[in-house]
Amino acid sequence: MNWPSVPVDARAWSAMADRLQSGEVSLLGLWGEPGLAHMAILEAGRPSLLHLRCSDNRFPSVGRVHPPAIRLERAMRDLYGLEAEGAPDTRPWLRHGAPYAFLPAEGEGLHQIPVGPVHAGIIEPGHFRFTANGETVVRLEQRLGYVHKGIASLMAGAPLERAATLAARVSGDSTVAHALAFARAVEDALGIEVPPRAAWLRALAGELERLANHFGDIGAVCNDAAFSIMHASCGWLREQVLRAANECFGHRLMMDSVMPGGMRRDLAAGGAKQVAALVALARERFPELEQLYDNTASLKDRTVSTGIVSPGLARLFAAGGFVGRASGRDFDARRNPGYAPYGDLEFDVPVVQAGDVNARVWIRIREVEESLGLIEQILARLPTGPVQVALRPASGEGAALVEGFRGDIFGWVRVAADGRVERAWLRDPSWFQWPLLEAAIEGNIVADFPLCNKSFNCSYAGHDL
Amino acid sequence: MTSRILLRNLFRGRLTERAPAADPGALAELAARVDAASRARLGRSLAIREVDAGSCNGCELEIHALQNIVYDLERFGLRFVASPRHADVLLVTGPVTANMREALERTWRATPDPKWVVAVGDCGRDGGCFAGSPACVGGVSQVVPVDLHIPGCPPTPVALLKGLIALIETVAK
Repeated sequence: MNWPSVPVDARAWSAMADRLQSGEVSLLGLWGEPGLAHMAILEAGRPSLLHLRCSDNRFPSVGRVHPPAIRLERAMRDLYGLEAEGAPDTRPWLRHGAPYAFLPAEGEGLHQIPVGPVHAGIIEPGHFRFTANGETVVRLEQRLGYVHKGIASLMAGAPLERAATLAARVSGDSTVAHALAFARAVEDALGIEVPPRAAWLRALAGELERLANHFGDIGAVCNDAAFSIMHASCGWLREQVLRAANECFGHRLMMDSVMPGGMRRDLAAGGAKQVAALVALARERFPELEQLYDNTASLKDRTVSTGIVSPGLARLFAAGGFVGRASGRDFDARRNPGYAPYGDLEFDVPVVQAGDVNARVWIRIREVEESLGLIEQILARLPTGPVQVALRPASGEGAALVEGFRGDIFGWVRVAADGRVERAWLRDPSWFQWPLLEAAIEGNIVADFPLCNKSFNCSYAGHDL
Repeated sequence: MTSRILLRNLFRGRLTERAPAADPGALAELAARVDAASRARLGRSLAIREVDAGSCNGCELEIHALQNIVYDLERFGLRFVASPRHADVLLVTGPVTANMREALERTWRATPDPKWVVAVGDCGRDGGCFAGSPACVGGVSQVVPVDLHIPGCPPTPVALLKGLIALIETVAK
């Protein structure tokens, strides 16, 4: 294991919770297994892991002082029976069934609007409980967990191949990134390094995934502001990305392309040519869409100053991706801690401070440009050689942090001597973004919720596991 | 800016692609399930309500793609609606999680007869790679009666189109 990973006592655990709240360190993950609680943190750009043995299945709550941990602790209780002592919220989270008590909002003239789990569009299921005063949202409370599939328990005891299949289906839109987080964690545990060509092909797949999702999101945000020409144009560009991905890796979403040890197969003949054509096409068409977005006053009227996340909240929650970077949090796992081949590639990480819907759109627009540049560099300098290395049998613990389109994904695994996964956990960026959506909508009108929600585009599946 | 783009697109030629033929397997599966009375009542138009009952969201991405200008689902008389009360078809994805079971049942009950259920994806068929999880019920047919399966992980937009065209051809025969 490449990062520091230390057993701690309850006092050191609680001291770390205080440091998280002070902002000195950021929370990367909090998860468990029967009898053990695990925490991953980022300090001065360096990740490290803490493990606490829980006598009696109890551990000192981190959420007591650091709110981003609250939902994670509720999940730990549902999944592993671990009790966070002193936790401010002990309601179940992923385990449904019992009646659920929503938080109260009291005052004159308030009414509630329950939405979901089945939504009006083609969206994943979740429940939103709005308390509004007329048109103005006073409080939004989310209830998630509807698509909880028990992925962590299916992974426990599974052969690596099977666990990788599950990792690729944690969140379909981030299948490459989740598969990469899992694969890199396994490679860390086994102490192996993939061949250079595999690392570069993984980056190609990752950037194609980022492009496809950003095109889709930019169009969808505009569509929620009733500006359909952007939606149609971006949807078409997205389709071209998926076709190029299919040509390269034999699957439109590139599912199961990334596996522990490398890539399932080499880049198909003709793949590079189609990607080059895609980049040329995007370079020709996207700038006019960028201008169209920027010059349409009726559209900007909806996105500017809507759904603001303050830089302070983004920092506190260590929000990744465009949610964090639109609110001044300058973090990208490709750069820091960084992983191959990004150290050999040139790219900028755009950051703005405004934190509104417009800022989250602009970060995506800038990232499209950066990804196009990265893909050009990858095509020009793709190393030759094998794309897989044999997995040598070894047991151990491994972890990884990779940058998906939505933000940083933390992956952790403990591999047993027989080559099976003993325990694994993948933390989607949505864990630390969903709560910020609750904050962003406060004081906005109900009708702007779809716009705010789309600008976040959090994953339900990735969160619910 | 907008008018310039619109004008140029007018002369760029069509981006929507030719329709694929109906999937023969889907036609056979449906032949047994759709009666003449329902056909007469619905004509050549079907309203679809999509329900994610536990998917990884991969299927949703490709169902979304059906509405882009390349696949343009609406030209076949098929359109997505916001409420099950407006729907003829429920398009269901996922290995039906325990937490979504009730919502799926209630959505099905809210959909007026005659109605069809299309189970999308390998998960919708039998739970896919999540089969056996205590948090999942299994395929869609474990919870509501299914008329057509469109397998795939996820099915491509063309595979989805072939299945849905088979549905509308059967219903409109």
